[in-house]
Amino acid sequence: MNKKATLIVHSGDLDKVYSAFIIGLGALSMGMYVSMYFTFWGLERLKKGKLDSAPLSRMNMFGLGRWMIRRKTKRAGVASLDKMLKGFVGLGGKILACDMTMEIMGIKKENLRSDVINDYCGVGTYIKEAMESDITLFI
Amino acid sequence: MAEIKVDCINETCPVPLVETRKALRKASKGDVIEVRGTHQASKKEIPMAVRSMGLELLGIEEKDGVWSIRIRK
Repeated sequence: MNKKATLIVHSGDLDKVYSAFIIGLGALSMGMYVSMYFTFWGLERLKKGKLDSAPLSRMNMFGLGRWMIRRKTKRAGVASLDKMLKGFVGLGGKILACDMTMEIMGIKKENLRSDVINDYCGVGTYIKEAMESDITLFI
Repeated sequence: MAEIKVDCINETCPVPLVETRKALRKASKGDVIEVRGTHQASKKEIPMAVRSMGLELLGIEEKDGVWSIRIRK
């Protein structure tokens, strides 16, 4: 049976969401099953049109840091978050949205990217998946 | 049996690994996939992925900074 990785994406910062997608894509590419749970600030990134409109976790400097990182990633030929999300879904990765976060933050289903979200669920689903996983990360 | 070519020249992490996986998913059993690229870490990581998926690594070559990895599904 294939091995499994389960990632919690709690952070919504650009750099951390990048890390999450690179790890998720890497695990899929190595032949693993991968689920990514978006919760709290992470779920903000799944709002329509908000995928890469995020600050950096450090040295954001009112957007200057973010602008510099974007320029550098583009120059280094790093794929965009949008391309990574498409690749993740295309390779069979699962995207799950935390329904409690939606309630607390007042996020409606129609404001989220339902085209990529497989399910809306709670902590029980995560624990069940994590129990069967070989890797689990909280980002 | 088809021979599939994947061009990842000048692409960086994780694109070569991901494109290899995409091609492998699309391929039928017995097909040969040839990936070409310049990202050095991927030259080591693609064979790791091939082994962890239990596929056959046919060969790795490198010439003028461009490597080529052949895999049989």
